[in-house]
This record gives sequence, structure tokens and C-alpha cells, in this order.
Amino acid sequence: MNAAPIAGTGQPLLQVKGLKKHFAMAKPFLNRLLEGGEQQTVKAVDGLDLEIPRGQTLSLVGESGCGKSTVARLIMGLSNPSGGSILFDGADISRAPAGQPADIRRRMQMIFQDPYASLNPRWRVADIIAEPLRTYGMCASRQDERREVDRLLEFVGLNARDGDKFPHEFSGGQRQRISIARAISTKPEFLVCDEPTSALDVSVQAQILNLMREMQRELGLTYLFISHDLAVVNFMSDWIGVMYLGRLVEVSPAAELFANPQHPYTRLLLDTIPDLGMSKRDRQPAAGEVPNPINPPPGCHFHPRCALANERCRSEAPVLRMYDGGVRASCHAVEEGRAIEPIVAQASAVHPLRAAV
Amino acid sequence: MALLEVENLKVEFPTRKGVLTAVDNVSFNVEQGEILGVVGESGAGKSMTGAAVIGLLEPPGRIGGGQIRLDGKRIDNLSPDEMRKVRGRHIGAIFQDPLTSLNPLFTVGEQLVETIRTHLPMSAAEARKRAIGWLAEVGIPAPDRRFDQYPHQFSGGMRQRVVIALALCAEPRLIIADEPTTALDVSVQAQIIALLKRVCRERNAAAILVTHDMGVIAETADRVAVMYAGRLAEIGPVAHVLQKPSHPYTAGLMGSIPRVGPRPERLIQIEGSMPRLTDIPTGCAFNPRCPKVFAECHRVRPELRPVADGAAACLLYEGVTP
Repeated sequence: MNAAPIAGTGQPLLQVKGLKKHFAMAKPFLNRLLEGGEQQTVKAVDGLDLEIPRGQTLSLVGESGCGKSTVARLIMGLSNPSGGSILFDGADISRAPAGQPADIRRRMQMIFQDPYASLNPRWRVADIIAEPLRTYGMCASRQDERREVDRLLEFVGLNARDGDKFPHEFSGGQRQRISIARAISTKPEFLVCDEPTSALDVSVQAQILNLMREMQRELGLTYLFISHDLAVVNFMSDWIGVMYLGRLVEVSPAAELFANPQHPYTRLLLDTIPDLGMSKRDRQPAAGEVPNPINPPPGCHFHPRCALANERCRSEAPVLRMYDGGVRASCHAVEEGRAIEPIVAQASAVHPLRAAV
Repeated sequence: MALLEVENLKVEFPTRKGVLTAVDNVSFNVEQGEILGVVGESGAGKSMTGAAVIGLLEPPGRIGGGQIRLDGKRIDNLSPDEMRKVRGRHIGAIFQDPLTSLNPLFTVGEQLVETIRTHLPMSAAEARKRAIGWLAEVGIPAPDRRFDQYPHQFSGGMRQRVVIALALCAEPRLIIADEPTTALDVSVQAQIIALLKRVCRERNAAAILVTHDMGVIAETADRVAVMYAGRLAEIGPVAHVLQKPSHPYTAGLMGSIPRVGPRPERLIQIEGSMPRLTDIPTGCAFNPRCPKVFAECHRVRPELRPVADGAAACLLYEGVTP
């Protein structure tokens, strides 16, 4: 596979090579024995290559089931990869046991989607934020620790007095600020943010996104940002990776991806962004849905929904290739120059789910 | 006369801490064949408004005042039995999660036939034919085969199509769609919106589209009502409200939505968050977060006044000088 560096300057903070996660989806043993049937696997992540330069943001976008959250969990060591490597600052952490090596895990933290589920309701906020500090023994005394917690609370826009309260006393946006304070308490360099604003209202989402951009500027953080909302991704990212059924179909500089999308699936996604300026326009929405990941289409997974699909697409899986402007796309049509025309992936006759809207 | 008239609607919840007002003095009309979008953040009362119109408020929630009229006839004071006849026949409903709106123990066809025969005088064979016609109408391939399948055999997008067919099969003149696309993936969301728009237009059915997603509103609605803390902040034609909002809340809301295009350093943000129902401030409910707040806002509750093509509830338009 080609893992060409996506930015020329220095060693990237995070490098992922050929990352795989396969889940066994077989029927129970006895059923298999009696009824026949084979072991089935879902290739949630199927050979993923990406790199994130220091101080920058790479976002993964895609529809549900494309494997973007699995990538986040693999990188954080919350789940063991089935193959491939994860290099953080040059060190391979893909085979390390959970929480190890501690000096590297301290430098990577995560913000979760649902601030109602990711904070322990029985703990006071100060304890929630101090837990990572205690785990890594970063504060000499309780006074030290409390001072640090107060500083963090104020840094994320809360009040130092809020440390004595419980999570239920806060709104969704404030809870997400608490999660952020906890995540940055160990002074990490790298944050994985898995849909951090999807559970929030838009006016609160803007506050959290602004806070995350400020943090990146002030603390020099590197982000892996995961979202299904392309407009949010546009605001946050330097790089965008588009995933479809466990594979990256395109990785490009953010501006390039929006101005000049290459892969037909990227174009489909961009076409679904509602246009706030031009109301009541009649769109021709792309037909079909994401197929079942247990039995994805052969060749290019996207071919049943793709207007440019031909025989090669149906049999041979494309690999990521480098194009001008730092764009990488895995598409035979792009490679062969068949995708030059601006296309809208339309209902194609080959797809069984073809829906006449 | 408008198809639906909602006048000074109040929805209340009696709790141990006193009676909470989830929808407070809301008035609007829906014309024949029109799609009215209702937007707001969670807790703004938009779903409650829809539920009150269709008579599906969850107890202890209740209509505490005002009137709802369909074709000039009051429907807010009907008995549950009378309301059941209105629901489905005259008002159809589409909810967020298609899996919970369908009964998993009956085939899709049985559910459609039951709905059709409850409301329209038809034989079983006629109803079946009509149900299959509806499945085809909402874009389900091989409808005569799908007729005998159960909801779990459908994908999320296909299920929502079935729910739309169910809502429309008795040919109601008004549809309440509460977050119909929120549970769906973006590419499917666009299909469902296009479908909803098309069937409403073809049947001349009106719709109230409740959503938190301004994008969905921009694509679908003719007019939009913006709700905040149980009250109407602004109502008017979509292009006007989205592009030249009159109310400072709408302006802030539109500014805080990230967009595709040049990447700004910061998004416009409204400080704070919407008040809980237990502590809605006096005067204008938006005053603690409003960038244009002045002294009167803390005392006087603004009424909805005509502004440009629409109306806004803001003291800036009441001739009160800051």
C-alpha cells in the first residue's frame, strides 16, 4: 500500500499503516455445526493508512458503519487491531497492552461523543478532572491538584467553584467542557475527538468548536477529529479523510477536498450538504444506501452506487494514489481520468436498492 | 381560512416544583399545501407543539390554554376516541425513529392495510392494492414482494419510506413530521427530504416539519417558525428568516452553524445555553444571551409583531428605545 507522507515537514506525530480490525460475526458453534455456514467477519477497518502532522487536524468523515469510530478506538488502544501498525512519535503502540506504554498514553487523550455518558454521575467534577492527574502521578499534593483542576476549569470557560458540583448540575455544553478539561489535564499533545459536538445544540456546538480551535492554537495540539458533519469538519480540519465501508477513499487537504473532490463518494457526500443560502432548490439526491458491511460488494465497495463504475471497478479493489495538491484517492475512474467531468453520483441501474425518488 | 390555526397554545407539565410551561402562548397558521418548518434547540418546545396539534402529548403534559383548529373546527378539546378518528385520517404523523413507529410483529403490508381500512371504506383486496401502490409511490423497489416483509427486513432509509407511506395512505391534509431524518445517514436524509417534498406537493398536503436542522428547513420548508424556551421568537418565509433574520436569536443561530466554504477563524457564538423551564427569565426569555439586550428586555415580554414579510417577538421592533 502506499503510505506517502501527506506533509513534508518533519516526522508526523501519528502514523497509521495498514491498520485492520476484523470482527467475527459467525453464528454460534452449534448452529454452524448443524446448519452449516461459514465463519463471517466484518472488516470494520480494512487496511487504513494515514498520517497526522504535528499541530494539525485530520478529520475522518463517513456515514454510520464506515469504521471511523473504530479507528479512533484502535488508536487509543481501547480495542486491539487485527493487523497493521500505529506509530506515535515514531514508537509502535499497536501491540502494547491497554494503557501501556504509560509515558506515551499520557500524551494522547480522547473526547467522547456523549457528555451524558462519559462523566461518572457519582463523582464530583473536580475528581473527574483530577483522575488522569492521579493516574499519572502528576501532582505532588492535594493542594497542587486542586489548583491545577481550578486552572483547567477556568481554561475551558467554567468557574473554579464548579469543581464541587456533580455532572447532572450542568448542561450538555458545560459537560463537554468538563470532558475537555479532563482530556487536557495530562498535558497531552494529541487528542482524538469522536463526534464531540453531535449531541449538542448548534449554538453550543459553536462554543465547543471555537474552544477546540483556541486550544489547538494555544497548546499546539494535534487532533484526530471524527464527524459525519462536513460543515463542522470544514471548520476544524487541515486534512480530511473520507471513509467508506472500512476503507479510506480519499485523503486530501481540507480546502482541496471541498474545492476539487475526486472520489465519486466524496462528491456524493458534498452534494448532500444542505445549502442554507439557496432554499427550496430541488436536488437530485443520490440513490442507494451503504451496503451491509458483512458482505460488502467486491472490487471497489462503492461501485454499486457509482455512476462511473465499470468492469474493473467491480472486480479490482482500488488503492490510494497520490495526485496533485497532496490529494490521495482510491478510485479507478480518477486514475484513468474518467472522472474529469464534474459528476453527481446518480441512481445507477446496477444497484438493487435503486430508489426512484 | 387556513387549514390549521393554532392560537395562543399553551402546553403545561404539572410537576412537584409547580406547573412548567413547555409551550407558551404560541400562535401560527398552516395554509393548504404549505410546509411550515419549526426549528429550535432541544427543549425549545418544538416537538411539544407538534404533539399538541396531533393530540399525542404524553401525560402529565396537557394543553393548558389556547385553541387548535383544523378547517375551522376545534380539535384541541376532542375526546380521545374522536381524536383517534382525526389522527391518521386528517393528520398524519412521521416520527424520528422509523423502527419504533412500526410494529415489529406485523408485516409492513398488514400495517398499511389496517391504517387504510380504519379510515377509508375499502375491501381488503382494494386496500392491499392501494398499499402496494403506496409502497411503490415512496420508492420501495419490488413493492408486491416487500408488502409481506417485516420492518426488520428493511434498511433505515427504506423503513422511513414505509413510515411516510403509513402517514399518507389515508390521504390526510396535514402531516406532522418530527425530526423525520435525524436518525438517518446524510445521503439517505437527502432522499427522504426529496420524497416528503414530492408527495406533499402532489397530494396538496400541508406539513409541519419539526427539526433542529436548519439545513433541512432550508431545503424543504416554505415558512419557518423559530422557537426559543417555549415561545415563538420569529416566523416568516424561509429565505427571509434564514438570510435576513430579524430576531437576535435567529441571527446568532444562523451565524453559529458551520458552513462549507472559506474557513473562518471563529464561529459566531451565542454565550450560555437555553434556560431550563424552571428558570425562564422575566421579560424576554433570550435576554441573558442577547447581544442587543437593553434594560426593558428584563421587564417586558415582547409580543410577536410584523417585521418585513414575517413577524418577530423582540422589543427592538416594538418601538421601545434602548
